[in-house]
Amino acid sequence: MQNNKKKHHPMEKFLRMDRMPHIWCPSCGLGSIVTAFMKGLGKAEIDINKVAVVSGIGCTGRVAGYVRLDSYHTTHGRAIPFATGLKLANRDLTVAVISGDGDLFAIGGNHLIHAARRNVDINVICVNNFIYGMTGGQNAPTTPLGAYSSTAPYGNYEEPFNLVGVAAAAGASYVARWTALHLRRLTDSIDEMAKKKGFCFLEVVSPCATVFARKNKGGTGLDLLKEYKDRSVIDHSADPQAIPLGMTNEIVCGVFVNKDKPTFWENVENGTSRRVKKEKLYLKDIKIL
Amino acid sequence: MVRSNFHGEFFIQGDIACAEGAIAAGCRFFGGYPITPASEIAERMAFRLPQLDGVFVQFEDEIASMASILGASWAGVKSMTATSGPGISLMLENIGLGMMMETPCVVVNVQRGSPSTGLPTSWGQSDMMQARWGSHGDYGSIAIAPKSPQELFDLTIVAFNYSEKYRLPVFIMTDAVVGHMTEKVVIPTPDKLNVLDRKYTDKKPQEYQPYDCKNSMIPDFAKAGDGYRYHSTGLTHDHRGYPDMSEQCQIQLVNRLIDKIKKNSSDIILTEEKELDGADVVVVSYGITSRTVIPAIHTARKKGIKVGYLRLITVWPFPEEKIKKLSEQVAGFVVPEINMGQVALEVERCAAKNAVTKLVPHPGGGIHKPEDIVKAIQEVAHAK
Amino acid sequence: MKYWEKPFGKVKPKIVTGDIIIIKDRCKGCSFCVEFCPNDVLELSDEFNAKGYHPPRVIDIDRCAFDGLCETLCPDSAIFVVRKEVDFGKK
Repeated sequence: MQNNKKKHHPMEKFLRMDRMPHIWCPSCGLGSIVTAFMKGLGKAEIDINKVAVVSGIGCTGRVAGYVRLDSYHTTHGRAIPFATGLKLANRDLTVAVISGDGDLFAIGGNHLIHAARRNVDINVICVNNFIYGMTGGQNAPTTPLGAYSSTAPYGNYEEPFNLVGVAAAAGASYVARWTALHLRRLTDSIDEMAKKKGFCFLEVVSPCATVFARKNKGGTGLDLLKEYKDRSVIDHSADPQAIPLGMTNEIVCGVFVNKDKPTFWENVENGTSRRVKKEKLYLKDIKIL
Repeated sequence: MVRSNFHGEFFIQGDIACAEGAIAAGCRFFGGYPITPASEIAERMAFRLPQLDGVFVQFEDEIASMASILGASWAGVKSMTATSGPGISLMLENIGLGMMMETPCVVVNVQRGSPSTGLPTSWGQSDMMQARWGSHGDYGSIAIAPKSPQELFDLTIVAFNYSEKYRLPVFIMTDAVVGHMTEKVVIPTPDKLNVLDRKYTDKKPQEYQPYDCKNSMIPDFAKAGDGYRYHSTGLTHDHRGYPDMSEQCQIQLVNRLIDKIKKNSSDIILTEEKELDGADVVVVSYGITSRTVIPAIHTARKKGIKVGYLRLITVWPFPEEKIKKLSEQVAGFVVPEINMGQVALEVERCAAKNAVTKLVPHPGGGIHKPEDIVKAIQEVAHAK
Repeated sequence: MKYWEKPFGKVKPKIVTGDIIIIKDRCKGCSFCVEFCPNDVLELSDEFNAKGYHPPRVIDIDRCAFDGLCETLCPDSAIFVVRKEVDFGKK
């Protein structure tokens, strides 16, 4: 009710307050998603010193710079292999990749499907705003058919990707979709992902105030978020490949895939433990090669 | 880290010697992609790393390989990748990221016939300038050119030491001849190796700044998971690691990235010299070409020409001072290379008006004939 | 005297109360908290903050359930709740 300077916002100890205010627009969903992420980690009771965040380039890519964790802001599309190297080299880390739809599915698409195929134990949070926000509103692989963007002034001619469908088809262990408003469920999903082994993918549908809303709906991020709220439906049993996102259809949210599969490293250990001769044994029968 | 006790005298291929050199230096992460002629390095690492609790991953492309070795390095493990010309072209953006984030790692380029797909099973030396200027922007670069499988073993260890000391990706510029050549390689016992272990910061998390360089040009390293909770970015950044879009920050950062190699170049540069005193002509060579010039030099000496031999072991940073000093004494330099003139341009720049530079080019797919080099030496000698 | 069950009315229930703290100068006027509060506790005020936006203000603190949705939802960390549990009957 009044400006109380003695109490601090609970997020202040998780954010780099010397870099605030952040660069995200008013009514952008990213700030809420970052808060949900930190609350999810807190709920999972993960040691905060062992969490690493890797991001690519874009508005969502800036998340790494604002969270007070070991964070890396890498090149466009290459956050996932960087995170793979980080996780495999130190398997005690909890590695989260937080990046945008263009970064993870356009330039980084190949890396995403292979990491899902290998089932590397990383958690990927893809913030989907249906457009390339940072660079001024160009077409993204998720921009709905017929939507306007700066490189589609006559309306988009391309069918978009269904992100949860792609991740599930590639073999992810955990696939979920929420919007930036389903914050409690988002926090729960992040809690589950942090504790779950294997490649976990979470799509968060987020409003983009400055470009997507203005070019397509003529409103603010608030109008977009209200629309997402009215259009969203929760159905955990939906087939992830049958729930694409368009301009006006239902946004089906839920946890669609949650299965246990051996992770990449478990497969490595299973495969090598039986057959590899550790160096000590191998040296015994060494000959001139 | 599980230490390797592999040692002895072997008759092995250059690529395998390179992999063993990396393991001896402490490399326990390899991310790679198959490409002729570097696939054998990946294959050897796939065989050896699980024996030492290391990690080998064959990635979906070279871009992922390079990004992964940066990530592994930040997690505290020495890492390496190996590829050829086309792969380096793909990796260049992430090599630039490694330079900007100051990540220690090693990139092996087993050069082949170029440009483009070129001669996959044949050799060249035509990526030398790419090792210096390949990625966009200004940065310092270290590149080492071994001439034999034994040197591939020894110089891989040197490359890892440089990458740890100066915090950047270091290139090993070998070629398909040296990579696929089988020769005697002596691998000494671990106590006889000179390996620089990674040094971490001794500052406490509250005082630590990831790019703070008050005392030296090279910042302290801290790995992920130790509680330092720092930020590292490819954007132009200040000493806190935070992006800073100001002109002042760019000036400071880029100058430091260049100076950390340039001002330390006398500690980095390695050369092999024979009979440079009183020489009229100096043959400057590196890699496999440095072996083919030896009969040419003998022939030229028998004809009475005083020829000196200068082999560049580190091609970048380029030994500018040495060439400048020699140019005051000699009539000229002969630079045979298996490309159309790359390192020769540097020699020419440094020799400038004092001495003549004669390039003996070869586009690749073969090595020089000693007669061509003798002819070039004679031309330069007569120019005096 | 030892009771084998607690008499009805002996133990007073606890109610949740507290404060909503708004850091006015961080607010960017997005209105997420105003729009999505389940109990309509907030509205945009008429005053301006240092950035030129209208920060929210509390209409009626007694309507607030202290669920913390505004705290999690605010993209700028400009609003948070402080929960206090007090005995029924006390303020």
